[in-house]
Amino acid sequence: MSISKESIINLGHGSGGELTRELLDTIIFKTFNNPYLNQKHDGSIVKIEGEIAMSTDSFVINPIFFKGGNIGALAVHGTVNDVAMCGAIPKYLSLSFIIEEGLPMSEFKTIVAAIKDAADQSGVQIITGDTKVVERGKGDKIFINTTGIGQVHKKANISTANIKPGDCIIVNGQIAQHGIAIMSEREGLEFESDIVSDSTNLNHLTIGLLDKFGDKIKLFRDPTRGGLGTVLCEISTEINLGVFMKETDLPLDKQVAAVCEMLGLDPLYVANEGVFLAVVDPSIATEVATFMQQHPKGKNATNVGVFTTEHPQKVVMESSIGGKRIVSPLVGEQLPRIC
Amino acid sequence: MKYLSEYRNLEATKFYLSKLEEIVTQPWQIMEICGGQTHSLVKNGILELLPKQVQMIHGPGCPVCVTPLNQIDKAIALLKKGVIVCSFGDMIRVPGTHKSLLQAKADGGDLRVLYSPLEAVKIAKENPTKEVVFFAIGFETTAPANALSVLHAEKERLNNFSILVSHVLVPPAMEAILDDEFCSINAFLAAGHVCAIMGYYEYPPIAKKHNIPIIITGFEPLDLVQGIYMAVLQLENNKAEVENQYSRVVKKEGNKTAIDIINKVFKVAPREWRGIGLIPDSGYAIQEEYLKYDADSKFNLHGFKLEEIPNTCIAGDILKGIKKPFDCKDFGKSCKPATPIGAPMVSSEGACAAYYHFTNTSI
Repeated sequence: MSISKESIINLGHGSGGELTRELLDTIIFKTFNNPYLNQKHDGSIVKIEGEIAMSTDSFVINPIFFKGGNIGALAVHGTVNDVAMCGAIPKYLSLSFIIEEGLPMSEFKTIVAAIKDAADQSGVQIITGDTKVVERGKGDKIFINTTGIGQVHKKANISTANIKPGDCIIVNGQIAQHGIAIMSEREGLEFESDIVSDSTNLNHLTIGLLDKFGDKIKLFRDPTRGGLGTVLCEISTEINLGVFMKETDLPLDKQVAAVCEMLGLDPLYVANEGVFLAVVDPSIATEVATFMQQHPKGKNATNVGVFTTEHPQKVVMESSIGGKRIVSPLVGEQLPRIC
Repeated sequence: MKYLSEYRNLEATKFYLSKLEEIVTQPWQIMEICGGQTHSLVKNGILELLPKQVQMIHGPGCPVCVTPLNQIDKAIALLKKGVIVCSFGDMIRVPGTHKSLLQAKADGGDLRVLYSPLEAVKIAKENPTKEVVFFAIGFETTAPANALSVLHAEKERLNNFSILVSHVLVPPAMEAILDDEFCSINAFLAAGHVCAIMGYYEYPPIAKKHNIPIIITGFEPLDLVQGIYMAVLQLENNKAEVENQYSRVVKKEGNKTAIDIINKVFKVAPREWRGIGLIPDSGYAIQEEYLKYDADSKFNLHGFKLEEIPNTCIAGDILKGIKKPFDCKDFGKSCKPATPIGAPMVSSEGACAAYYHFTNTSI
């Protein structure tokens, strides 16, 4: 039976035999069609000059389709962004699937198409990969692993060791959108909203920042799981400085804020996929924020806080009414409150 | 959503704080009943903005914290039997005698975290060959939706749905706290959302009997500061009345539809409170007519009890306002949110977790 007639993925598609070959030829190679992949070799040989940055991530999100994206686009954005956060220009990705028997072929095709779109938009090529199929019940529809490599930007000097007291924390956009969009579609938490995941590639903006500001950019970091709060806690602990921020400075969509209130979630701990923070010298903070605001991925860029020698290793946030509280790292998963 | 920013207004809050400074002449201890209020006090840094004479004591209104160990053990026993157990999120990390629901899930139990009990009815409908139990915990706030789940199950003629009831009521707990010989509370901020359901006709007799001001109070910073101001104003003028700060939400008679649903499914019964003990008429049990939806009856759990393993948690004294989290030798050391010894360290409404997460005191 040819792929075009198969309606679901079965174990044969991961056997390495005829069905695997057909799946690869009719979907994977056809979609990604590039000279590296077309060699159909065990791996690919590429040339990159200078320092290389490398990152890997596995994507197991549930549900696999959500408002604003799907697991395929996310698998590209996640790894591209991780490479970008190293101060590098993402170039190539590997792409591995672990598919649960029974996944509709149409869904697989949609996911692959989203991967292609996201890779094109990010300017990266898929140069190697793998496809495995596990028995029904042994996976959860589809898991994707991507590994990315990129060329470190010539002007980049990204390291937490460069951060000094007074350095500012600029965030490119509104926080907590991805986590809330996903939560709105999970079983047991269904609620209607127009909130869309912010999943996107950030590399064009980070490269633009490095082109213009070079080593005055001390750090990039994307606060995915654990949210902005947890990432700031990690950095402040690592470098033995405090962070001071004001609640009223946090870029937060009104609808996202309302859902967080309703569910009893703190947006500081909700996951993001299209948000990053740049730690910069205070002399360029305003300029960096303005630069970001002119870029489509940074329209809501805001200076959210500052590193300080006061309260080392603690992130302190001033509330809207002028009280202060500690922002501590997230423990476990954030759970909706009862009432 | 309206009222997200209005009641977080800096100027209005400052206004009440300065009025509070003007009127306070002596030390007062005020208990906020609800864990949501504790959370907001600490999260917004209100405690440090109050005059030194005003000390807030954190009350028992954290539903997760007062749910008895034994009920958690029962839910875990049901998971082991292959029952689908559905629970509110807060509950799943609370330690039972041997483990938490989350650990029981890791052992293979089918635990579902839900936001609404009605979702559990849907799960029962979708899994006709499985038993589905909703862990119905909480105060008067969660009672209407939990009761409604029973009515929905009846309407759908489901025979595989039941609820494990662990419902508690606020006014009897307030009385129990006031009757404690170590009680030093001068005024209450009553839980706004409990009163939104039940109204506040139950409070004037308590205020009169114990000569204590009771202010029905909301949860936003301005609500709390205004509620505290109203309490202190009464105390300084030697009054003991019930006042409604949260009038934009709370009516004296409460929500009649919700109360009718509660009374249809539940009846008042004695309840065990974790850390406090048995309080007469302090909770709900299922009415005779709906006993087929009562997990205790359905699975013969009435006599169920695991042997208790004593631990060092002082939750009882914290829930009664006799001690503060910092008074506990385990606080922030062996007892942390990731490795809680007692329930108040788990839920974000628990006094210990609120202190651990938000306060500026060195840990």
